[in-house]
Amino acid sequence: MGMQEFEHEAHSHEGQARHHHHSHAAGSQHAGGHHLLQVQNLSVAFRMYDPDASFFKAKQRFVKVISDLNVSVHAGEILAVVGASGSGKTLLADAIMGQFEPNSQVTGEIWFDGQRQDAAGLAGLRGRGISLVPQSVNHLNPLMTVGKQAEGFGYSAEEAAARTELRRELFARYGLNESVADLYPHELSGGMARRVLLCCALMDAPKLIVADEPTPGLDLPLALKALADFREFADQGGGVLLITHDIQLALGIADRVAVFKDGTVIEEAPVSAFASPETLEHPFTRALWHALPEHDFRVYGADERFEADANAERGEGAGAGGFAGDSEGAGASGFAERTSTKREEGSC
Amino acid sequence: MRTALAYVAKFLLLMFAVSVVTFVLVGLSPIDPVQANVGQQALMSMSEAKRAQLASYWGTDLPIWERYLNWLASALQGDLGTSLRFNAPVTEVVAHRAANSLALLAVAWLISGVLGFVLGVIAGVKRGSIFDKIVKGYCYLLAATPTFWVGLLVLMVFAVSLHWFPIGFSAPIGVAAADVTIFQSIHHMVLPALTLSVVGVANIALHTREKTIDVLESDYMRFAQARGLSLWEAVRHHGLRNLLLPAMTLQFASISEIVGGSVLVEQVFSYPGLGQATITAGLGGDASLLVAIAILCAALVFLGNMIANILYGVVDPRIRRGADHA
Repeated sequence: MGMQEFEHEAHSHEGQARHHHHSHAAGSQHAGGHHLLQVQNLSVAFRMYDPDASFFKAKQRFVKVISDLNVSVHAGEILAVVGASGSGKTLLADAIMGQFEPNSQVTGEIWFDGQRQDAAGLAGLRGRGISLVPQSVNHLNPLMTVGKQAEGFGYSAEEAAARTELRRELFARYGLNESVADLYPHELSGGMARRVLLCCALMDAPKLIVADEPTPGLDLPLALKALADFREFADQGGGVLLITHDIQLALGIADRVAVFKDGTVIEEAPVSAFASPETLEHPFTRALWHALPEHDFRVYGADERFEADANAERGEGAGAGGFAGDSEGAGASGFAERTSTKREEGSC
Repeated sequence: MRTALAYVAKFLLLMFAVSVVTFVLVGLSPIDPVQANVGQQALMSMSEAKRAQLASYWGTDLPIWERYLNWLASALQGDLGTSLRFNAPVTEVVAHRAANSLALLAVAWLISGVLGFVLGVIAGVKRGSIFDKIVKGYCYLLAATPTFWVGLLVLMVFAVSLHWFPIGFSAPIGVAAADVTIFQSIHHMVLPALTLSVVGVANIALHTREKTIDVLESDYMRFAQARGLSLWEAVRHHGLRNLLLPAMTLQFASISEIVGGSVLVEQVFSYPGLGQATITAGLGGDASLLVAIAILCAALVFLGNMIANILYGVVDPRIRRGADHA
């Protein structure tokens, strides 16, 4: 698999309401005539011992956790991928960063900036086009000051000096005192850690930021502030793939929302489509809409169809469990529910 | 300051406990020092008065607690007594033997630590590769192998068959102690040091390998790579610091094992070190020498653990800064 010109996308899509399984928001730009990031038919499977068989008889087989997932990020927009905690959303981030577990089997296509990428291509884009904003302070080396970590390694003396300067500017821009640079990760508050992690990403001037659950552990004002920083990045022409379990926060900040369920994206629609259930296509998304607290808060999970879904998921039990696995058969309600305790636990 | 005082108090308590235990063990030992040192035949043909005189010399006419109190009283005044077996002050015997042993121990400890760490890191990073399998197999094999047997094997191959190294002692036979060159000392140390290192590698390599795998799966290593560092760059810049900490603790704690191993290895190589002196003292019922050696070894191990604790604080900011705040 080499890089090849993205011929299909070489012509403009302006004015076309719907293509590639999604519809557009006002701010969605096809810069250069293509998507910034396009994920097509992505499947991730893990080779594991058959969880359904008895302990001694279990044979290895591939268990699909993500199947035929399609999602696109345009320049200048935030696409929120919304799904229940523990449903495998992070695997999407791993796939985009080209970080695969040794026992995984990943198929599908990932295009970045008009180029089709293979594993080596994705690895080459890490920190050089695509930057990850991880979930928590655990993603920083506990034994090194955060300033040094933000600046990174492997640069010549000249580059390193420039990066120190850039790091200072970024810290100042995000309200981090210069003394924070000399702190160790365990000494940071939740809000500081979040900004340091964002600065780590911005150090590399990325075109696309993949943010994996950047808000758990933050209280509401801090979470909103965090998302506002992503908004600012998108408004300056960058693309953001925001992975979150929090649909309300996502609707407040994103341009488009992709609903992730059962290891795939069942609907990818602009935020405006969530204004009323009529503009939503998938029955589950509509159920989700009804379950939101500001709507009728109706739990559609009592409906037979969703019950059946939930049972099927449990039977599969391969970590791909969608919303139902998380909310004890309460259908979509657990998904929309956002309690402060859950937020503080930083469940993922 | 308070930690320093606590260390001193702990150290003194440990020394006291070790001396008590050693004396109790000597008291419980079935070995009769008079018989062991004079010989069965000579003892039988000895007059009663002579026997009583010898018993008084070896202290066997006194109950063990009284001997201990006598020893403690003079030890507190700085006199560790006389080695009855070597007929010289204990301090002199121990100092002479320790000089031989410590060099051997230090070399073996350093080599096993550095080699084990390097092998462990490479095996952990290259998990599942041929290199990893060889290191793992080597470590499992050695961890299950008695030290003295490895010593005998090394002796057979390198001394008996290949004649590369002498079969024993710390200096050539028939050369005055003053005339022994540094080269000759090293030449005699190679095989025992090799044996101790080869066996010591297994422990540290296996632990470091496991820890390396843990660290590689950690969020911060994944993030470091997500930011564009290659695997080895990430290991170098972020992994080593985190790996050094447990490795250091283990290595300093393993001083006890090296000291213990040296007893057997020195016996195999007839190397006149502390280990051999321990055996002589133990079998000969030489209580004061045995106590002195036990105390020295306990002090070494204590020192090792203390250094590990202190270094921990130096390397890990979570401990260092935590202590500052307290």
